Parts: sequence; structure tokens; C-alpha cells
Amino acid sequence: MTSHPLMRDRTAIVGIGSTPYYRRGASAPQTMIELVGKAIIAAVADAGLHVRDVDGFAFYSGGFDTGLLMETLGIPEVGFSACITGTGGGSAGAIGLASSAVVAGLAGTVVCVGGLQQIAQRFGAITSGYASTPETSFFSSVGLIGPGHMFAMLAQRHMHLYGTTREHFAAVALSGRANALTTPHAVMHKPMTHRDYFDAPMIAEPHCLFDFCLENDGAIAAVITSTHRARDLRHPAVRVLASVHGGARDWGRSLYWMNMPDETFASSGHAAIARRLYQEAGVGPADMDFAQFYDHFTSQVIMQIEDYGFCAKGEGGPFVASGAIGRQGSLPINTDGGQLSGGYIWGMTHIREAVEQLRGTAANQVTGAEIGLVTGGPSTLPVSGLILAR
Amino acid sequence: MTEIAQEPPTGSFQLSTDSWTKPFWDAAGRRELVACRCGNCGVFRMPPTPFCPTCLSQMVTWPRLSGHGELYTFTIVRRVSGQATETRLPFVPAVIALPDADGVRLVSNIIDTPISALRIGMPVIVRWSTLIDGTVVPRFVLRG
Repeated sequence: MTSHPLMRDRTAIVGIGSTPYYRRGASAPQTMIELVGKAIIAAVADAGLHVRDVDGFAFYSGGFDTGLLMETLGIPEVGFSACITGTGGGSAGAIGLASSAVVAGLAGTVVCVGGLQQIAQRFGAITSGYASTPETSFFSSVGLIGPGHMFAMLAQRHMHLYGTTREHFAAVALSGRANALTTPHAVMHKPMTHRDYFDAPMIAEPHCLFDFCLENDGAIAAVITSTHRARDLRHPAVRVLASVHGGARDWGRSLYWMNMPDETFASSGHAAIARRLYQEAGVGPADMDFAQFYDHFTSQVIMQIEDYGFCAKGEGGPFVASGAIGRQGSLPINTDGGQLSGGYIWGMTHIREAVEQLRGTAANQVTGAEIGLVTGGPSTLPVSGLILAR
Repeated sequence: MTEIAQEPPTGSFQLSTDSWTKPFWDAAGRRELVACRCGNCGVFRMPPTPFCPTCLSQMVTWPRLSGHGELYTFTIVRRVSGQATETRLPFVPAVIALPDADGVRLVSNIIDTPISALRIGMPVIVRWSTLIDGTVVPRFVLRG
């Protein structure tokens, strides 16, 4: 869309803060605003700043808002408060939303925060909680209980078109679990064998239990400021080379539409974003030292690998089965265990892990990591992507 | 024992319509499968929306279709947690392409069909199911 990389390298992530990752519902009696507040306080402290320095918020999901956060944290004034639309696909793009405020001079210290607390409603069954509308009436009588059931239909089509198999999905699940085992803050510390994967209950064929991400409670915040100001702060800056959100009409409402053209149907909807992200960042897939893919479902990791150009369309299955995604592979992915085994905080875990990798402090450190990719959730548009560098 | 695709659980389903979607559901009530077609350029679109995304016309027609379809993709649901215990398993949410509406797709179910027969591309035909509140919804069975 733009040939002038106006945003490239102008901002940096200077602070990251997180609550523990709780099992679904186990964060009670803490409240949502409390979890989010704890993450923000920790992120600002990590940056070496004070909460009163925060003057902007960039969100991608609901459940909390600027007014109450200011009231509760004593933040005196903000010059920017915005939220990416959609249903949570904007986690990686929210960093760019914050960056745009900084580059435009609307705010100097912007917080991106995501939080999740699943007490009243499970996200794995979110579609059954939607209010009935004329649009939902075209899919809500068919027993599609959650996104995992909908994405299973994309996975089935991918298998049909390209010969992708459950062995390929297993490779993603097993890689994630191996990384979680050696990540102290990860939720799943029980080893998973190939046999465990194939013995797991089938939920929505071809997706079995281990093709689904975890369901957790928690909050993670990131602090974004200018690269200039970042030099004076506590940690080496993690530079934002590009962060974009949006997507093409061919993907549209995707799983809620199911009328994507055939060439787009069995995909993650990220191809348009990937092109723009690489252009904005001035780098390509071969430059990535790691990738943190939004892994709500194993099959969608494979389709993102294709959409981001790490292999040709349809070759994502053999790519993950080749060992390329392991810690010693050509593209280590989801190095903290991802959302399949590390923790599910709606995409923010991936941003946290990318920052850790680029600071050189990750539990499963990729040697010499200098540049990495983070993606937001494939879902209804917008989807989003982020490239960070140290 | 041959596994057969069951009716999905629909306990929480409540039909909502607006002026653009109502003709589809009214036709379903008469057990007629129809699809929204632009009255200007003739391009089909489902679900129906207030504008043709091709020419932006608001004119629509609702041609009656043969009820024949093709299984575009599907999932076999084998486990349901925390839902109605009377749910019969497995059930098969499916995307059905409608060849006589230029391949436009419906999200529906395959029912009364052996699970072992499910193949992407297989011919299917509409079968109408009446929900507990009287709403009639299209389902599909293998066309033998």
C-alpha cells in the first residue's frame, strides 16, 4: 500500500510485563482490571519508567478500557486511545497502532495490553455465546461449537488439496510441547509423545485435543516509545521494523463466511498482510531468525508458514515435519511453547516471547537472534503481523 | 456398526432475520432452497447482503435451486463438552457448494449419511429439518 516505510525503525518495545498464566478460571478472585493493571505496572517497571509516564493506549480486544485504567492506575492524561477492530486478530498489529501514535506525535509512551479471564464464557465455545443476528443465523444451527470446529473445515480442505496429514499437525503440537517443557512460565510441563498425540480424543476431525490451544487467564502488556527515547531506557531496545493489520476482501469474515475463493479458503488469510509487512520492514522470510505464529490451532500454523513465504503454498505440512521448526531448525517457531503448550493470552504471549528472544533472555534462546516475526490470530479481518529486531 | 451422521445440537439456536436475509428463511419454511442473486449483474451471493459486492446494486432476485450440492469441506464432531447430554454423535458440520448458483456456498450439515462415505466433492442433495421452535433449516444427504 505504501512505498515509503514511514514507520520502519521509528519505535521500540521497551517494556514487557505479565501476570502468571493461570488455568482457565483460576485467576479468580482477581478481577480483569486487576490482571491488566498488574501487567501494565510490571511492563512500565521493566522499561524503567513510572505508570504516570503512560500517555496512550492501543488495544485489540475488549474487556477493559482507558477510562477505568486511568482511574485505577492514577494515569494523569492520555493523548491516544484506540482499539483495532475485529475479534482479536490484531494482537501483533496493536504494536503498530501504538507506533503510529508515537510517530504522529500523539503520545510518547503507549501501552498495548491484552488480557483474558474465562469465568463466565469459555473461548473454546465462544461461538455458542454470540447473540443471534441475521449473519450468525447462517452458521449457528449447524453445531459449530467454537473456532476450532470452524478451522477444522479449513484444515480438511487443506488436506484434500495438498495431501497434508495429521502427522503434520502432530509435528506442530510436539514441537510446541518440547519448547514448553523448558520454559518455566509455560503452563504445560508434561512431556507429549507421538503416541500421546494420536491417542488424544478427536474433537472436530481432523482436529484432536492437542490441535487446540490452551484456554488460560492472564494479562500481558508492552510499552512502546520512540527509538530515540528507547536508548536511555533500561533494556536494549527491541525495534519495531513493521507492524501492520488489515487483509484482503477474499478472506473477509473467513470462518464466519466460508465463501472465500478456493485459492484462499485453505489458508490463514495472512498472505496480503505478509506482503505488506515485508515491504514495510524491508526484509523477507529468509531474514527471520525465529517466528512466533499465532497458534490457536496446529493447522493454522502450517497455513501461516505458507502465507508468510517460508515455503510454497501447500508445502507447509512437509516443512513442519522436516524439523525446520525445531530449536535447531531453519525457522524455530513458538519457542516458549506457543499457545498450544505455553500459554494462551490471546496472542500477547508471542510478543512477550519475541521480546525475550531479541533481548537474549529467552528460556529457549535462539543463538544470535536478531530479527523475528510475530503474527496475530487468523480470524475475521483484520489479521496482523509484526517484525521486531534488536 | 456403520456410523451415521446425526442431526447437530440446535438447542441454543434462535433465528434472526433482516429484510435482506428473510427471503432465504421464508423459502426454507416452504422447503425450497433459494439463493440471493444480483438483479443487475447476476452474480450470486450468500449470505445475502444489502449490496452486490460486484456492482453495488441493491436489486436482488431469489431463484429457486435444484437442491443439488457438492460437499466442499466438513468436520466430524466426535465430542461435545458441557453441552446438552442428549446430543447424538457424531455430527457433521459441512460447507456445501451449490453448482446451480455459481458455486456459492452454504454452511450446513451432512446428515443420515455413513461417516465412511464422506468425501470432499461428493454429490449431496438438500433435506429439510424442522427445529424445536418450528424453524426449517437445510441439511444435506449423500445423493445416491
